[in-house]
Amino acid sequence: MEIFEQILEFFSFRDVNVRYVALGTVLLGASSAIVGCFTFLRKKALVGDTIAHSILPGICLSFIIFKTKDPLMLLLGAMVSGWLSVYIVDYISANSKLKPDTAIGLTLSVFFGVGVLLLTHIQHSGNAVQAGLDKFLFGKAASLVQNDVITFGIVSVFLIATIVVFFKQFSLISFDVHFAKTIGLPVRTFEIILSIITVLAVAIGIQTVGVVLMAAMLITPAAAARFWTDKLKVMIVIAAFIGGISGVFGAFISFTAPSMPTGPWIVVVLSIIAIGSMLVAPKNGAISKIRKQKKNQRKILEDNIVKLLYKLGEKENDFFKNRSITTLKNYREIPENKFLKGLNILKNKNLVVLVNDLWVLTDEGKKAGMRIVRIHRLWELYLTTYLRIAPDHVHEDAETIEHIITPEMELKLEHLLNFPEKDPHNVNIPYKNEKDSNE
Amino acid sequence: MSDFWIILTGCLAAVSCGLLGCFLILRKMAMIGDAISHAVLPGIVIAFLFSGSLDSVPMLMGAATFGIITTFLIETFNKKGGLQKDASIGITFTWLFAIGVILISLYADDVHIDQDCVLFGEIAYVALEPLTSFLPGLSAPNTVWVLGTVMLLIIAMIIIGYKGLLLTTFDPSFAASIGVSTVVWHYLLMSAVSITTVVSFESVGAILVVALLIAPAATAYLITDQLPKMLFISALVGIISSFGGYYLAVWLDASVAAAIATVLGIEFTLVFLFAPKNGVIIKLFSH
Repeated sequence: MEIFEQILEFFSFRDVNVRYVALGTVLLGASSAIVGCFTFLRKKALVGDTIAHSILPGICLSFIIFKTKDPLMLLLGAMVSGWLSVYIVDYISANSKLKPDTAIGLTLSVFFGVGVLLLTHIQHSGNAVQAGLDKFLFGKAASLVQNDVITFGIVSVFLIATIVVFFKQFSLISFDVHFAKTIGLPVRTFEIILSIITVLAVAIGIQTVGVVLMAAMLITPAAAARFWTDKLKVMIVIAAFIGGISGVFGAFISFTAPSMPTGPWIVVVLSIIAIGSMLVAPKNGAISKIRKQKKNQRKILEDNIVKLLYKLGEKENDFFKNRSITTLKNYREIPENKFLKGLNILKNKNLVVLVNDLWVLTDEGKKAGMRIVRIHRLWELYLTTYLRIAPDHVHEDAETIEHIITPEMELKLEHLLNFPEKDPHNVNIPYKNEKDSNE
Repeated sequence: MSDFWIILTGCLAAVSCGLLGCFLILRKMAMIGDAISHAVLPGIVIAFLFSGSLDSVPMLMGAATFGIITTFLIETFNKKGGLQKDASIGITFTWLFAIGVILISLYADDVHIDQDCVLFGEIAYVALEPLTSFLPGLSAPNTVWVLGTVMLLIIAMIIIGYKGLLLTTFDPSFAASIGVSTVVWHYLLMSAVSITTVVSFESVGAILVVALLIAPAATAYLITDQLPKMLFISALVGIISSFGGYYLAVWLDASVAAAIATVLGIEFTLVFLFAPKNGVIIKLFSH
């Protein structure tokens, strides 16, 4: 009952602190997820990580120079060093034999090292004003106040507005840089704009979840959303939703258990959603992929068995002879249990029947077998005629394509080859309306 | 004497990381090293709960296990989940690191791991440790013993398994064709990285381990193309950074580990600009 009361208490948003924390984490989660969609699609998932680590020296330097903790000045420092790190990664990968991932790891760790050097130097210098600079390391999501929420709100609106205005350009450089260049888009300019808003999103977000976990705020929602849709606009909406939900959830957990850190919980929730999406998403999910694969394998098995029964009928001039699995095994290397499984499926489809433990084609089954054999032979002929492949090289290919060709393609092949009678091996090609003329 | 132990600790960690880093870079796995160094955190916490100390056999096993889990997860997300490589790295390590931080808060009373320490360690503590002597006539802080042993093991692994490492790094398909298992070497290397990360963790923290893994090797790679030379230079770059970092930290009154990373950055920049063959400045003038 207690947990229920806590849920009620939290989601009534009566407590002003709860309101700020929840609103802040939602804003942050959603806006960084939106920006993250582009970094994800541009295959620069780790750039967020680089920026997050590289912001620290900028913050410390700007504190040392201006001697103030004014958020705007710190943000300025953060933006400069964050953006510089992105530039350095690009420069190192372009001008040396080091690979981009080496450049990323090098830049982020050295920048962070310099940042910690400056931070510890400031802390040890005994300047009392510095207290609180280290919130950039671990974040302080649980202690967001009104001012933070206002800042988040302004930045979020700015980020979203920028993305709405340049949506077309950003999607072009995310999906097809070369095409964007060809149509005369100033690609470099928009890359810079995109990297600036990414740096901004990171600089704001890092105060909530900390250096290490910021990368997740950017890419994890985008990765999760990608599994559910192929449309960029839908993806952005889903990612923002996932980011927001995780934000609220993280805030709720640290509300019920105050010793729990908010940032890590947000990230754990995000990761669970992402992994769940990876598994269960209807089209791109792992489970549906495996199911599709299984379905294909089953279809191939069925096709191969009816084809075998048909070809045996062709050979022995008796399509409706009862045959045992042992006999069938002599002609095609399929394990016995697979044969049994396939034949049972075919039986349910009324393509074969079981008579005294022996299997025999039905009329429908004969037609199905004939179709596979016809496609196989048509394809062989197509390959020898149009691609001039030697007749003894076409079997393997036809063996694969026979399961894929649709009735429409079948019709096209027939017309293209003008209803041929013989395949390249001089064997008859069977047709539906022909009444077994070859027998 | 305290500065001697600090510099020695830095050198031992730097040499271990620098040697392994060469293989990571050449195998295009720099960011996997980064991921592992973060993702071992839950392993460290869990092992700490069981064994109650940071330098113990359960700790190494916990770390190695999580290192392997990390590599495995990254590959599964990438191949089975259809997620691009960099995204699967990013998701995996942030997820595991977050779990680690949550575990630390859950068992804050039992696990004495400082949050700061997780990120950048505290190498200076090594000087406060009591000296123990495992070998007659030699007494040193525990951390030094552990780091020294790990370094010797890594050097031994490289010398004994040189051919296997070389082949699987440069020509995996040829290696496979003559019966050298790429998978075995892959996971062996990943375990070595995890163990090194963990033993260096207390001294230099998760992020600066990455600096030690990548920076010396990247610097060495710009100077030479030959693996033995690269290994040697990488270790040397690490040792220099350990000395330089210590005195920089003393001068600025700042974190030693962070200063080591800074010096590594300076060394890399110098080589990047002035290296005899590949330096940017040299290239500029030769055009």
